Amino acid sequence: MKRPVLSALVLLSGAGGLFLLFNTMQGCRPQTAQTVVSGDVASKVYIKPGSHDEFYNFVSGGFSGQMSVYGLPSGRLLRDIPVFSVDPENGWGYSEETKPMLMTTHGFIPWDDSHHVEASMTNGVPDGRYMFINGNNTPRVAMIDLKTFRTASIIEIPNSAGNHSSPFITPNSEYLVAGTRFSIPMGTDAQRDVPIETYKENFKGTVSFIKPDTATSTMSIAFQITTPAVDFDLAHAGKGPSDGWFFFSCYNTEQAYSLLEVNASQRDKDFIMAVNWKKAEQYAKEGKGKMIDGKHYMNHYDESVHSATSKVVDQVLQLDPKELTDLLYFMPCPKSPHGCDVDPTGEFIVGSGKLAATLPVFSFTKMQKAIADKDFDGDFVGIPVLKYESVLHGEVKKPGLGPLHTEFDNNGFAYSSMFVSSEIVKWNVKSLEVVDRVPTYYSIGHLCVPGGDSKQPWGKYVIAYNKITKDRYLPTGPELTQSAQLFSIDGDKMELLLDFPTTGEPHYAQAVPAELIKDKSTRFFKIEDNKHPYATKGEKEARVVREGNKVHVYMTCIRSHFAPDNIEGVKVGDEVYFHVTNLEQDWDVPHGFAMKGAPTAELLIMPGETQTLKWVPQSVGVKPFYCTDFCSALHQEMQGYLRVSPAGSNVPLKFETRSVDAGS
Amino acid sequence: MKTKITIGLAAATLTLAMASCGGANTDAPPGAKTPPPGAAATEAETKAPDNMITAADITLGDIDQTMASAGKGIYELKCQACHSVGTNRVVGPGWKGITERRKPEWIMNMMLNVDVMLDQDPEAQKMLEECLVRMPNQSLSKDDGRHVLEFMRTL
Repeated sequence: MKRPVLSALVLLSGAGGLFLLFNTMQGCRPQTAQTVVSGDVASKVYIKPGSHDEFYNFVSGGFSGQMSVYGLPSGRLLRDIPVFSVDPENGWGYSEETKPMLMTTHGFIPWDDSHHVEASMTNGVPDGRYMFINGNNTPRVAMIDLKTFRTASIIEIPNSAGNHSSPFITPNSEYLVAGTRFSIPMGTDAQRDVPIETYKENFKGTVSFIKPDTATSTMSIAFQITTPAVDFDLAHAGKGPSDGWFFFSCYNTEQAYSLLEVNASQRDKDFIMAVNWKKAEQYAKEGKGKMIDGKHYMNHYDESVHSATSKVVDQVLQLDPKELTDLLYFMPCPKSPHGCDVDPTGEFIVGSGKLAATLPVFSFTKMQKAIADKDFDGDFVGIPVLKYESVLHGEVKKPGLGPLHTEFDNNGFAYSSMFVSSEIVKWNVKSLEVVDRVPTYYSIGHLCVPGGDSKQPWGKYVIAYNKITKDRYLPTGPELTQSAQLFSIDGDKMELLLDFPTTGEPHYAQAVPAELIKDKSTRFFKIEDNKHPYATKGEKEARVVREGNKVHVYMTCIRSHFAPDNIEGVKVGDEVYFHVTNLEQDWDVPHGFAMKGAPTAELLIMPGETQTLKWVPQSVGVKPFYCTDFCSALHQEMQGYLRVSPAGSNVPLKFETRSVDAGS
Repeated sequence: MKTKITIGLAAATLTLAMASCGGANTDAPPGAKTPPPGAAATEAETKAPDNMITAADITLGDIDQTMASAGKGIYELKCQACHSVGTNRVVGPGWKGITERRKPEWIMNMMLNVDVMLDQDPEAQKMLEECLVRMPNQSLSKDDGRHVLEFMRTL
């Protein structure tokens, strides 16, 4: 494809830098793959070997269903945390202990789509205890414990379809929300089995409020508010003066149910829905809701037993805003708003109409006044609509094309991503003036400033998560890595520092100072505290137990052998469970376990942990197993044999680890 | 040696640091100098020498059966996979008679400060050359170590 000529001015500086000053006219799409960097940026992102990054960056994996952790400013990938998808790297969703984590009312779901990362907060600031992320396709929310960097809990959201507007959090982690993207019919089978064309009559939306319990690292659904049938997109909680309120962007107020690309883009304005969640909480406490059908799974991984369990709940408390007043208000917002972001002061709410030519900024004070004065512009399906002019602080004029999301720094500036014009636009929240813009490569979606949706952003950087990669890296066939870009926001002008590849397709992300997390990181699990029912506490307890056609292998591993490593008496068709306990008590000494022909998977066992592989042998023979994680100079010797005899044979059960010299 | 940087002279510190980076122990096998990933102690982890057990820290009297029995429990959980209570080597050496072969503080330091010992103690390094598996740090407390020592005395 022919590329238009770069409209840039090249200046060579005697001070030793090559500067490219872009033509930064509004709406100017970046027209080259070349990176616009000044000469000294490498020193700003170079973390010398053995040194640590300043920030952790928790990034959603998008269609991978996982969450990735990068160091900033280096952009180094530190970890892919498995959440909503099975992970062959560590057995997530394959080991018996982790399988319940992916259970839903639809059965076991091996692959979902994860979109938005939110940090647990104390006093409106990320506290480094948990990250949360939504499962979009099969509606769920996950809670990731930052001591272990593991998924501690996953809760399914009933009466929801496409959990996109999630999992945003209130300033003291009182609630996480889950707003349904698709409105659907809900209730009994008869109420749900309706023609699609009865959308207006039978479909409803819901926003669910989830209560995280930090004492147990679990979550439960406190209540759901039913809403008119629209599509909910994104959300953010109020803070400071607006604490107690939640704001959700919604589109498709046309209530279309086909060809939404056209049919849901008809109205000049859709809405930001303001929810008085303190009021909702009060109604729920007063028993003013109704328990309705809402079967959902609550899955929790308990590190004391190194195992997950599922609990199924049948009903959910619903609040109906048609009966319970003062819960919901609609604020008109131009053209299919996407991002819905609240500034650090809590006074301003930014709605990003992705098809709009302006960025409206709403005032919480004005909203309160309009509600008090009943300054309404009619209603939408029974919910009051506030007058646009009465709640508007002002509009950012011609910010760029396709505004999507906004993050904030601690100096009164906002950073908005422009998908269509492919740029980040910096603007003053009070004066609404655009003060800077930089191109991104290419087509930015979400963006992230450390603490950028909190009361006290740390600032320093903005990271662009771009939707299109094209020629930024060496080509790898039709499938390319995704591309993030790191910009410095320390000065008046944003400065591109680094491109770094990301896995899956990042949507929202969080960045927090490493100090909040790194010293609390678990190094290994204490073997004394291992309460796994099949743990083997020392080699002396290693054994094989037959219960009918089930064979339980209580196996230990330590550098560098398994006990037992010779097993006989297993028969074709037996259900063999390898419960492998890693006896190591030092940091970074996992052992692996792989059994030839096991169609399930392998195991990776952290020090002090027990993990279980289920295997049903299909054929007769002596089958090898070995350690898959290079553990010592004698790792290659870490292996064993298991003899499989025909079904019904009389080979006695036998197990041992033989030493050359039995000694004593 | 990198944990001993209390010397004021930068040059002396540098020399020491270099020595610990492979300038010394040229006769050590490759396995000892470049332990496999995940097996080596990190700089931050290596305990400072002031945590080292000295002869003065240990009083040996008549065998205390309560301590020895606690030590046996720890042995079975954390040590038995590699050490027999006989004379034979499994992964590491058998423990029979070990308290006659080694000083009690040396034994305690192998249990509590194994990474420092493998970095600095010639006798420990000799054992590594023989066994080729770095003895794991099994996170024993000082009391745990003392109990295991008491158990060893019964062997």
